[in-house]
Amino acid sequence: MRISKEDAVSQKFSLNVNGKAHTVDADPDMPLLYALRNDIGLNNPHFGCGLAQCGACTVHLDGQPIRSCVTPLSAVGTGKVVTLAGLGTPEKPHPVQVAYVEEQVPQCGYCINGWIMTAAAFLETKKKPSEDEIKQALEGLKCRCGTHLSILRAVKRAATMMG
Amino acid sequence: MNTHNKPSNFSRRNLLKTGGALVISVGLPVSLDTVLAVRTAYAQGAKPPLVPNELASYIAVNTDGSVTAYFGKMDMGQGLFVAIGQIVAEELDVPFKSVTVLMGDTANSVNQGGASGSTGIQLGGKQMRMAAAEARRVLVEMAAEKLALPADQLTVTDGVVHAKSDTAKKISYADLIGGRYFNVQLDWNKQTGNTLYAPGKAQPKKPSEYKIVGQPIHREDIAPKVYAIEDFVTDIKVPGMVHGRMIRPPVAGSVPVKIDESSISQFKGAKVVWDKGFLGVVAEHEWDAIQAVEKLKVEWSAVTPPFPEQSTLFDHIRKAPVRKREVEKPVGNVEEAFKTAAKVVEAEYEWPFQSHASMGPACALVEIKPDGNVTCWTGSQKSHFVREGVALTLGIPLDKVRAIWVPGPGSYGRNDADDVAGDAAVLAKAVGKPVRLQYSREQGTAWDPKGPASIHKVRAAIDASGQVIAYEFVSKAFSRVDVNTNGSQPHDTLTGQSLGVALKSGDGFGVPAESYAFANKLTAWETIPPLLDRTSPLRTSHLRDPVGPQIHFASESFMDEVAATLNLDPIEFRLRHVKDPRDIAVIKAAAEKAGWQARPSPRKDQTGNKVSGRGMAYSQRNGTRVAIVAEVDIDRRTGKIWARKFTVAHDCGLVINPDGLTKTVEGNIVQGVSRTLWEEVKFDRNGVTSIDWATYPILDITETPESVDVVIINRPTVDASGGGEPSIRPLAAAIANAIFDATGVRIRRVPFSPDRVKAALS
Repeated sequence: MRISKEDAVSQKFSLNVNGKAHTVDADPDMPLLYALRNDIGLNNPHFGCGLAQCGACTVHLDGQPIRSCVTPLSAVGTGKVVTLAGLGTPEKPHPVQVAYVEEQVPQCGYCINGWIMTAAAFLETKKKPSEDEIKQALEGLKCRCGTHLSILRAVKRAATMMG
Repeated sequence: MNTHNKPSNFSRRNLLKTGGALVISVGLPVSLDTVLAVRTAYAQGAKPPLVPNELASYIAVNTDGSVTAYFGKMDMGQGLFVAIGQIVAEELDVPFKSVTVLMGDTANSVNQGGASGSTGIQLGGKQMRMAAAEARRVLVEMAAEKLALPADQLTVTDGVVHAKSDTAKKISYADLIGGRYFNVQLDWNKQTGNTLYAPGKAQPKKPSEYKIVGQPIHREDIAPKVYAIEDFVTDIKVPGMVHGRMIRPPVAGSVPVKIDESSISQFKGAKVVWDKGFLGVVAEHEWDAIQAVEKLKVEWSAVTPPFPEQSTLFDHIRKAPVRKREVEKPVGNVEEAFKTAAKVVEAEYEWPFQSHASMGPACALVEIKPDGNVTCWTGSQKSHFVREGVALTLGIPLDKVRAIWVPGPGSYGRNDADDVAGDAAVLAKAVGKPVRLQYSREQGTAWDPKGPASIHKVRAAIDASGQVIAYEFVSKAFSRVDVNTNGSQPHDTLTGQSLGVALKSGDGFGVPAESYAFANKLTAWETIPPLLDRTSPLRTSHLRDPVGPQIHFASESFMDEVAATLNLDPIEFRLRHVKDPRDIAVIKAAAEKAGWQARPSPRKDQTGNKVSGRGMAYSQRNGTRVAIVAEVDIDRRTGKIWARKFTVAHDCGLVINPDGLTKTVEGNIVQGVSRTLWEEVKFDRNGVTSIDWATYPILDITETPESVDVVIINRPTVDASGGGEPSIRPLAAAIANAIFDATGVRIRRVPFSPDRVKAALS
């Protein structure tokens, strides 16, 4: 245990990320994002705002999309964290990832975590959603390059794939 | 037949090609380098200097016959490298999949200007086409020698040169040069950046021969992104790296006068880097660096708040002294013509400061090795200029610096990426460790260079018969180059400005790009001084289609106003005056695809709170023409607009990849809707108060247009012009004209946010 600052003491956290156990020694107030990126070495999710406004840092915690930039380590507990890299792989892709490639969505691609992780969680709970329902589920996420139309096409395609 | 002007060199070339380095060193009393120094062979083992007049600077054939293209521009998310790969594969007659396009590393590409002005294909592609064509010509000549056949009896299929009459007589590119380098000099125009041009002796293919160019080939970089196996610049790490953060003043223009470094001593490895106005911190852990920014006790100099109240911005522009005025291509005598007018139509339009507000704040990593060599990983769209800026900032020779472009978190012009590279360099030098610096969200939005705010005064003189006899358009604005469009000069970066480098604010704006022919016509621009001369969060520079949306919002709204005054259909009015045949073609194509019904605006058949309208606008941009028909729904009670449907006719000459172009236009339109409906940088007297997505809202997914129909007019015999920016240009006017059509109310200030629309309608 080290003293990391006056009002907080670093602690050891056992995190379950993409099915693997990791131990992180850090300030309990440190957002999960920095543990994922710097301690565990997952180069996604991304820092976009640090304010839960954009979604670039989105991961799943027990299947629910959360903004890892404002989720303190102390709040993660034993929950299962899944990042974009854990959602699917080229060999075993998630339908939203497949749809994203097929629809050729990106411009810069920095926002991808938010859309794919949120859509993947949404489509688990809602089958055959309407376009309005998809839009409502994705409300608030940001894409600065304006790929909105491609994103919606991809999520609709994934919804079809997920039946 | 391949002939050689210098037969005396012939044996050397043959020897080099057939024998290779070992044979030469044994058989001749000269080293390979000496032989290569003669520079008569087309291929050599050593890489020639990385200069624009060497073919090897653009094209290499690898041992397996695959091709690497070194491109001094880069892709900002539209898939430019696919189009470049298509061009290179086409001219070389190799399969598309065998070409890899490497972008933006200053160690292996020359400065072709970076991403700039939608010139990726227009200028960058032109050069790569000429280089690839020259590579093919040279390879065929080499094959002619090998096969002892005249070059004109050879052709190339999938990277194999063979006799036209006998495919068994063949030799592959791999066998001819694979793994070695071209030793071929090009006819360089001695320019670097966008205008670099260095053709060889080859003639490129005719468009009628294209097999790969024009195909809708997909991008292969998307899968690595969605499976999270590709790095962004934010993801680069090197051993021993520490994390940096910058601290900006609470009142713009203020500088630190006292720092209490002990206030952050609890953070591991925390250090303050302070020099004049430059203030940053580093720490071993990123979270510590972020907290250190909050904890560091800083006393700032007292300064007079530099900015006017936002509500007075446009008055400020009106009253500000003109620093530079430029009149472009005046026709006739506007002043005299106005004296004879039966009627004068006048209007004034306003456009606010806008932010790049890239998806993530800019990030750079700078490593200074003990030998003094510097590497900067940068997301800047102009890495070659970043290299120059880092060298000047650190006061070291250019050849000591390598800038490596890695995709960044979005870029639409001169955003914060050039500043962060300079800042990271200063931090790395100060602490003697590699520094990864990422700005905060607040800094990304509040402190990036802004698209300039502007006003536009427009008037038209109409005679008694209803003809427009004179037209005058004058913009007055902050400069598009208060800071220049790249980070090559420290006076243009926050880094240099905060360190006290002498200032050099540039002047530039623009005039409408169209082909309206009026007997008397004057278009002009005037620039005013910046609100704060250095380290200003409201410094102005290039934001996607720099000043294009501003100018054409005004000019194309005004054309609609004149049409309405004359009670003419807006398209009919335009077609009476637009003279360029390609302009006419895009206008007609958009109208036809959208099912445009000719009638004057506004509509008079709607009642109730939900109304709809349609509007059109068109413009040119450096060779490209775009016409847009916008269809919008408006809720009069809330002022909320849904920009529901767009039909975009797009002519950028030869189309390399229609799929890439369509998606590029689609994104550009959606970003344009965002800028038109929502975006306005807010500020108070101290500084910018748009600091995040709540205070700088952009178009939400729930507001996505129902459709964007892109009609591509492909003109294979017309040189390709740009596709990245032109379609955002007339967009705001198309929406404004649709609002007028729906409501009869003309909105002359962007953005068309609900409160403003509601106020205008009440």
